Amino acid sequence: MNTQDHISKEYNDELEQLRAKVLNMGGLVEDSFNDATKALLKGKVQLAREASKEDYKINALEVSIDEDCSNMIALRQPAASDLRNIFAVVKIVTDLERMGDESEKIAKFTAELSTNSHSMKFYNSLKSLVQNTREMLSAALDCYARLDAEKALEVLELDNEVDAEFINVNRILTTYLLEDIKNIEDTIKVMWCARSIERVGDHAKNICEYVVYIVKGNDIRHVIDEESRQGREK
Amino acid sequence: MRKGTDVELLQNLGDTVGKPLIDGDSRMSCSKVDVFYNNNNQAIFDISVDLGKNEILAMIGPSGCGKSTLLRCLNRMNDTIEGCKVEGEITLDGIDVYSKNIDPVLLRSNVGMVFQKPNPFPKSIYDNVAYGPRLHGLARNGAELDDLVEESLIKSGLWKETKDRLNKPGTGLSGGQQQRLCIARTIAVKPEVILMDEPTSALDPIATATIEELMYELKSSYTIAVVTHSMQQAARISDRTAYFHLGRLVEVNETNKVFTNPEHELTENYITGRFG
Ligand SMILES: Nc1ncnc2c1ncn2[C@@H]1O[C@H](COP(=O)(O)OP(=O)(O)OP(=O)(O)O)[C@@H](O)[C@H]1O
Ligand SMILES: [Mg+2]
Repeated sequence: MNTQDHISKEYNDELEQLRAKVLNMGGLVEDSFNDATKALLKGKVQLAREASKEDYKINALEVSIDEDCSNMIALRQPAASDLRNIFAVVKIVTDLERMGDESEKIAKFTAELSTNSHSMKFYNSLKSLVQNTREMLSAALDCYARLDAEKALEVLELDNEVDAEFINVNRILTTYLLEDIKNIEDTIKVMWCARSIERVGDHAKNICEYVVYIVKGNDIRHVIDEESRQGREK
Repeated sequence: MRKGTDVELLQNLGDTVGKPLIDGDSRMSCSKVDVFYNNNNQAIFDISVDLGKNEILAMIGPSGCGKSTLLRCLNRMNDTIEGCKVEGEITLDGIDVYSKNIDPVLLRSNVGMVFQKPNPFPKSIYDNVAYGPRLHGLARNGAELDDLVEESLIKSGLWKETKDRLNKPGTGLSGGQQQRLCIARTIAVKPEVILMDEPTSALDPIATATIEELMYELKSSYTIAVVTHSMQQAARISDRTAYFHLGRLVEVNETNKVFTNPEHELTENYITGRFG
């Protein structure tokens, strides 16, 4: 990634502001995910209600960043790493916005739970699913902030763990369902939450892929999936 | 990508990165070309690059980096500059264009040139286009010459606008029309290669778009090398882009690659508009 300044100071400032906005949006998304999952794990309905209050800010930032990007494309005709950067930002904010939506869903279902999740049997596996996804999200945003492609390649591997934990949570939830018919409503809500958490992991993985694209210029989306598929087939 | 200041990068500059040479048949080929102006002032250094058949090669780089110098080597326009010395080898269809038995005038009809400022002769539109074919005896009679003039004006997209005023002076046309007239004049002698040195820098956006469209049309019959200061133009029209820097050919790659992910940091700095 090019760190030299542009001849046009204004262009430089615009790119810097764009970056700051994305980081700001990333911070809000991280907060809302952390709050929503905290409410879920602690069973705090009040916290759950507050968690999604910030979502409008996330949405507004998405719109504003998109507009900045299209202005820059029209007015600056960015090329090479600048072009990749702006193109990736357009993608990153979409993933961030989706993560905001997923957090909102988690908060909503948590607020509707009749029992506290920590009184449920699957609490421990849910806890480590949350923990790993939080780490992954925070590391992905960090990779973008530092434009660290090497780290991004490591972080996106964490998605496999998140996926495995999600399957594990589901398995436990299913047995819980079978045990007692009274559990159905809450269990389904927690299942939706687990699903949303797992989706946040997927979006964090996407962000890592865009970081690699910005820095190295190659598109690694689906390449890794394809490699592992071929690996499995061998 | 290599890192460092431009000076450091230039000191460590090895061979041209990317794909300066073509795998298959090339139309023209430069091999280790050096050019010196008077007092042994070296303008370009060790340049090797191919021009493919039916391709547009864009040549970009800061002012004074040697783009025009290399372009002029390709049809020996440098012969007319006193004290200019060209070393290395340049071939057209495998034949050395600097060998003694090559007639530079004939070469220039094979490798035509269009300049930055439209420069029609102070003659009629017809005579401007007929000039070359007459000089090289390409038409056996008046009817054949008429056909050739018409064909060239059609190809350059000027026929409709000029067919009723062929006897009017070429200098009475608009800038964009004059430039198309110069292109008609160049293709009237049936060249293989067309060299263009900033052909649209004196034209408005519409006239520029017309010339660019014309270049795209011409590509199917000719090889085109175009020097341009407009990154967008290079990006729009060319198949490959060559980046020159202080007399060196830094990188040649497919245009797509150069504008999305250039190999050399000097190229990156130039096309993204960063400090050198
Ligand atoms: N006729 C000449 N006599 C002496 N030196 C020359 C002559 N033409 C060019 N040069 C020198 O050779 C170098 C390359 O010049 P050239 O005109 O090829 O650059 P260029 O890349 O075409 O620049 P521009 O984009 O400004 O047209 C420059 O340092 C220039 O001063
Ligand atoms: Mg020039």
